[in-house]
Amino acid sequence: MSLRLPIAKFIARRLLFGVLTLFVVSVLVFVLTHVMRGDTASIVLGREATPESLKALRKEFGLDQSLFAQYRSWIGGVLSGDLGKSFTTRQAIWNALSSRLGASLFLLFCAGVISIPLSIALGSFAALRRDRGFDSASSIVMLILAAMPEFVVGALLIIVFATNLTHLLPATFYISPEDPPWSNMKGIILPVTTLVISVIPYVARVTRAAVVEVLESDYVEMARLKGMPERTVLWRHALPNALGPVFQVIALNLAYLAGGVLVVELLFNFPGIGTALNDAVRSRDLPVVQFLALAIASVYVVTNLIADICTVLATPRLRTRLT
Amino acid sequence: MSSASTNVATSPEFPLDAVEAAGARPASLLRQAIRLRRSQIGMAIMVALMLVAVFGRYVAPFNETEIVGDGLPNARHVKDAVFGSDYFGSDVWSRFLFGGRPILIQAILATILGVGLGGTLGMLAAYMRGKFDEALMRSLDVLLSFPQLLLSLVVIAIFSPSSLVVILTVGFTTVPRVARVVRGAALQVIERDFIAAADALGESRARVLFSEILPNVSAALLVEANLRLTYSIGLIAGLGFLGFTPNLTAANWGVMIQQNRSALTIQPWGVMLPTFAIALLTVGTGLFADGLGRTVAGIDRGKAEV
Repeated sequence: MSLRLPIAKFIARRLLFGVLTLFVVSVLVFVLTHVMRGDTASIVLGREATPESLKALRKEFGLDQSLFAQYRSWIGGVLSGDLGKSFTTRQAIWNALSSRLGASLFLLFCAGVISIPLSIALGSFAALRRDRGFDSASSIVMLILAAMPEFVVGALLIIVFATNLTHLLPATFYISPEDPPWSNMKGIILPVTTLVISVIPYVARVTRAAVVEVLESDYVEMARLKGMPERTVLWRHALPNALGPVFQVIALNLAYLAGGVLVVELLFNFPGIGTALNDAVRSRDLPVVQFLALAIASVYVVTNLIADICTVLATPRLRTRLT
Repeated sequence: MSSASTNVATSPEFPLDAVEAAGARPASLLRQAIRLRRSQIGMAIMVALMLVAVFGRYVAPFNETEIVGDGLPNARHVKDAVFGSDYFGSDVWSRFLFGGRPILIQAILATILGVGLGGTLGMLAAYMRGKFDEALMRSLDVLLSFPQLLLSLVVIAIFSPSSLVVILTVGFTTVPRVARVVRGAALQVIERDFIAAADALGESRARVLFSEILPNVSAALLVEANLRLTYSIGLIAGLGFLGFTPNLTAANWGVMIQQNRSALTIQPWGVMLPTFAIALLTVGTGLFADGLGRTVAGIDRGKAEV
């Protein structure tokens, strides 16, 4: 029991910090989209603005209230699940975005399910074959893939698989609005592959470094000297200790994926939050931009939070240091 | 720095060696890095693409907005136009030759801004320690929770996609990432005696930062600058692809991919040329950055690695 208490304290402190970060993030999003923008209403109405219509719009969206009151009603709405209305369509944001959000989450899920195990396997294998053929070959390939921006990776995939060259896969993703994203699995192959290829280098690299460090540690040396079979050394002594840093990288990459979908969705015309954000930014639909920016940043904060806690729980060294 | 050099970031037990490796003069670092095959290949690709981007416009057969042939859009075979015409009827080859310069110049300026400011803040945080360090790094952490593209998109949408806004935004979103790395490298320098000596002599803070600490983190800074250049090129090209660029009619590799992609099956060159160019440019700078990084970290261990 005495050992569990500091962990609880650590988790509580970390949670508190996470909530604080989310608060600051929300203020930042609000300030960025609101204050710097000058008069929102006249921008939305554009040339058709008359003094009366401006006044009506300001009242409709609460823009005539003080900034603090606007922030409070916005964040209060977000917390209670009421996201407000879109400037351009005048529809409830949640209704317009829920299917988009679902589609993007499905895309992220597919990319995550494939990329995380694959990159951990590639990274560990490279560490085991350190400085040999596979390691140096994979290091170069990873380096090349890491350097290219996602939309260029996607464009290259389209050139190879979706043009006259092979014509194997569709270049754009199409579903009718009422169908779920998994109804077009053939169309989702290229967007998922693009995300997987963009993410793998980072996770594989950190996994390799973590496993190399563990393999060089004294206790692995000790286990080997005791005459344990290499397989036992690896699976029981080395890999569990390499898990900690890997959690961090997985979190980093889920967040990276959340950012990566922005361009990749647009490249493949995928109906997710990336295309929604792009449309909203273009039409200056402030409430939608606010919500999506907050949502994407929250993914980062929350995954990092979970990763920090998992790291401490998975690393005996850190667990005991808390006491 | 043959065998004693160790990884700057991960070896607190050998701070002296690490600092010596990291403190190597940028010139001698470059000389060592260029012995690695990957830096050679990276540098060759990088220089070639930069030459195309900077001087391409002077050898372009047409102007960037000039209509070629019969003005037919997306035509593959046009007289005098090797790679055909684009969505607008302009010469793809000429637009390709014109389209790298804006991306490259903006990326270089954004990198200088981001690495300069981020490096200064990182050194300052490491030197001041305590509350200032904590407050600065925590606020930079908040900025880090926005994907760089997301933050750039929002800020650029608020103002306008002028070159200045793009450079400032990409530069500022680079700051927290650089500050973290440089702070880590500077923390090891701060421990050394000559900093205490400089403090005891009453040297000004700016002098300690820029003439005592900076030379000792310049190698780490150089590696980071190269890496950031790679990402800035990708980011700025990506913003162009999304249509956030000062002038949509001007040639720009990112914009070209977006404009010509609907005709990809009938006229692939309009997409292929800029795609290959961005891919090669980022891969070249990325390989070169990695070669530098390996030299600083001493991973080369004196042997010729790929």
